[in-house]
Amino acid sequence: MADESLAVEIMSSHVTNGTKDVGPGDIVVVKPDILLMNDVTALLAIRVLEETGAEDIIDCKRNNTIIVLDHYSPPPTARIASSYRRLRAFARKHGCLFKDVGEGIMHQIAVEELVEPGQLALGADSHTITYGALTVFSTGIGSTEAAYILATGELWLKVPHTINVELKGTLEWPLTGKDVVLYILGQTGGDGAVYASVEFMGDGLKSIQVSDRLTISNMMVEGGAKTALFPVDDILLDWLMRERGIDPRPAWKRLSPRKAEPDLYVDLGRLEPMIALPAAPYNVAPVREVEGVEVDQVFIGSCTNARYEDLAEAARILKGKKVKDGVRLIVTPASRRIYHKAIETGIMEVLHSAGAVITPPGCGACFGSHMGVVGDDEVMVSTSNRNFPGRMGSPKAKIYLASPQTAAATAITGRITDPRDI
Amino acid sequence: MNVDRVLEGYVVKLGDNVSTDDIIAGRYLHITDPEELASHLFENRPEIRERLLKAKKPVILVAGRGFGYGSSREHAPIALKTYGVKAVLAESFHRIFYRNSVNNGLLVIEVKGMADLVDDGDKIRVDLRAGIVETPRGTIRIGKIPDYVINLILSGGLKEKLRSIASQKSHT
Ligand code: SF4
Repeated sequence: MADESLAVEIMSSHVTNGTKDVGPGDIVVVKPDILLMNDVTALLAIRVLEETGAEDIIDCKRNNTIIVLDHYSPPPTARIASSYRRLRAFARKHGCLFKDVGEGIMHQIAVEELVEPGQLALGADSHTITYGALTVFSTGIGSTEAAYILATGELWLKVPHTINVELKGTLEWPLTGKDVVLYILGQTGGDGAVYASVEFMGDGLKSIQVSDRLTISNMMVEGGAKTALFPVDDILLDWLMRERGIDPRPAWKRLSPRKAEPDLYVDLGRLEPMIALPAAPYNVAPVREVEGVEVDQVFIGSCTNARYEDLAEAARILKGKKVKDGVRLIVTPASRRIYHKAIETGIMEVLHSAGAVITPPGCGACFGSHMGVVGDDEVMVSTSNRNFPGRMGSPKAKIYLASPQTAAATAITGRITDPRDI
Repeated sequence: MNVDRVLEGYVVKLGDNVSTDDIIAGRYLHITDPEELASHLFENRPEIRERLLKAKKPVILVAGRGFGYGSSREHAPIALKTYGVKAVLAESFHRIFYRNSVNNGLLVIEVKGMADLVDDGDKIRVDLRAGIVETPRGTIRIGKIPDYVINLILSGGLKEKLRSIASQKSHT
């Protein structure tokens, strides 16, 4: 039915327990196309399998299962290096897809290689929601649930209600998906989208590229969303062809843009650069309101904003300039593929010459365990998604979340800076 | 391992959007031992940690909106439960935390207007059969829990289900 939500559309084609006539609020059992785990959540899932005696009955092929070492990668301690050995052995023994140290963040790898529109992907990581940008019903689960899927191929889910977000007008430089999603989070707060499928529509879609859509879907979990779906439109079809060599499928017609009564509007033409203040992603304000705050470090990284486009935008601002004396700029590309492309096109050279410290791909400082965490009372502008106390180092540090453009401009001046001023 | 339908505990009161990063910091997530995880609860939120360590056990957390905000780390409910937290009563929950709690036999219940009725240290009683919470300052109804979820909670969550599936399969 044309007026059904994208979430209902995709979920109903994955139900395994009888009826396909599903609606919001129903509890259904689904078979995911893809199951994803990272170094942190897979370790716990293995423990659950051992405790329950279920390790003998698991199947990595049934749901196309991938394990990615991204959070602590490369391992900072011997203890973690030893758990990485366990994960490698587990993946090899059971034939799971596997990405080792330095391949990048699980969500970026999924977007580059794995997921396709219309699929249902469950991942033991809250930012699994990212692939909604590719019209994938994707959502985060826990480790016991990942273990359960490994053993049975299925999991129960509640069919979400919908929050329709209409995008109006045109998104223009230096505005990005980050500014859009921070603005939306300012509206929803931390729990305004809990359990919901957030679905995007409207003319504004035409000016929002896939890399920006990924940023938007990624951070909707900060409003509590279960999934955050963009429709299949020409922008996505072009991207799939160009980046992945995937032809359109007839079934994707059902996932085309739709019209519905909007619950929220974003007027892209009137948006300005936004920033999340310490210590919550929904605590947002225009960058103008906090301009001038002195910073110790800038981090460009994470599954939210470390794609090629993000690095290229940062380089555009940093070209021929220097990071302010006394300020660190840490750049952590989201994947090996992005790293490579940025080397080939000279982006890395620009960032490096400007004074950036470039780390191997992975979660890096976003996860707060290594490669650029901050100390007591330090101030950081980060392109990542969470700024809770202690998220990226000392609980006494202050973290602001912004776009790569705002981050790059801030690195040059050493103070929070609106990129329109550079 | 079935979950009790009636349980008692001592209140520790928390605010809105308590995150799983607050409950257990990222730097400890390579740990899978429950006791070790429990020793690091709320390190990023020292004021909460202090009150929790002082509280009489078993503990019942009473929180505002959006409890379990953020990361999918199942380490959070495991650490809480292992420490001696019996239940979390909140205005609302973030969904992954909710599911993870159910699957580990940590009771999580939506209760509206609870914060006004209790203070740190109050002894309260949750009665799932009657659908109420008894506090020193009055009784309050709990929200409806879907049948599927209540059955899952009462049978010890997905982990127990997995255990029985595994033992059945290995016997056939
Ligand atoms: S980059 Fe940050 S938010 Fe994304 S998966 Fe890694 S730790 Fe989580």
